[in-house]
Amino acid sequence: MMLLEQLAMSFTASAAFGILFNSPRDRLLQCGITGMAGWLVYVYAMRLTLDAIPATLLAAIAVTALSQLFSKLYRTPIIVFSVSGIIPLVPGGVAYDAMRNAVQDNYELAVELAVKAFMLSGAIAIGLFFSEVLNRMIRSFGNKP
Amino acid sequence: MADNREITQICLLAGKIILQNGGETYRVEDTMDRIAAAYGIENSHSFVTPTGIIFAIDGSSQLTRLIRISERSTNLEKVSLVNDISRRIGSGSLPADEALTLLQELDETRREYSAIVKTAAAAAASGGFLIMYDGSWGDFFPVLVTGGLGFWLYLVLGRFVTVKFFAEFISALLIGTLAALLVRQGIGSDLDKIVIGSVMPLVPGLAITTAVRDLMAGHLVSGLSKGAEAFLTAFAIGAGIAAVLSFY
Repeated sequence: MMLLEQLAMSFTASAAFGILFNSPRDRLLQCGITGMAGWLVYVYAMRLTLDAIPATLLAAIAVTALSQLFSKLYRTPIIVFSVSGIIPLVPGGVAYDAMRNAVQDNYELAVELAVKAFMLSGAIAIGLFFSEVLNRMIRSFGNKP
Repeated sequence: MADNREITQICLLAGKIILQNGGETYRVEDTMDRIAAAYGIENSHSFVTPTGIIFAIDGSSQLTRLIRISERSTNLEKVSLVNDISRRIGSGSLPADEALTLLQELDETRREYSAIVKTAAAAAASGGFLIMYDGSWGDFFPVLVTGGLGFWLYLVLGRFVTVKFFAEFISALLIGTLAALLVRQGIGSDLDKIVIGSVMPLVPGLAITTAVRDLMAGHLVSGLSKGAEAFLTAFAIGAGIAAVLSFY
């Protein structure tokens, strides 16, 4: 039940972001699915008691892989899907906590959380990167008969 | 056969539309080179930054042109449509004059979701994030209100104030104030979760993604400047919320 709720909400949030970025109307469904798949990977990785950073990395890889698939299928630029899909993984909550502690003069905790937010953003970047590299490797192997 | 002048115009227009609407820098160069090659120009060079495009054609009749990009917004549908046009040019089924007309039409149309739809989408996204970050359903209505109103103000300010990062700052200020008021009135319960959910629509997701993709493609200047844009936007949102929290 909890999982269903999470899935529905991540789908809604990602598809809504598709609208905010003016994505094509007939691609909003895929935007939502990409975000939902990424969040599903993230939630499961967290349940397997992984840390948030590897969980984000895995989710970002999943999002990019799925975006690549959709981009091939529908002949649409990949950013249409990957942007909406990445959004749920953005460490908004951690960044907020960092700032809240900075305002309350808890600088040590604030710096700790800020570094964590930075690492999470790095994990997203590496996930985007890693998946792209894999895709290119597969394609270049495929080209050699 | 179209002359170099017309081909240059097509390339620059296609590049301009992609760049102005949030496409990656490498996609701009790629599209321009592809279009030029499809119309039989072998030696074309392009240099693209987020604020301008330089496009040159080598050979017997040399030609270099510069275009300045001053306004940027986010419209992935236009990026996608230019991509379609460039595919058709690449397959050889679109003559130059027709391509130019299509691109000019695309450049002039607005093709956007209305402000009401966008505000509703922002509210829905805020609600989604509240639940995803383990907020309670009791806070669902307050987050719809703050998220929607905050994004609406962002849209309105973006139309009238051209100073970058200002709209994000003021919107975050409004979101923080509204959330604090709602919690004080007993309508909302968890201030942190309400604020986090409501500011998410302002997060610079596109800048983050395109910055990484540009860096990967070797466009160091564009990647770093988009990264800086993402960081400054996040900083503006944070400053707006921090200003409210320091009073609350």
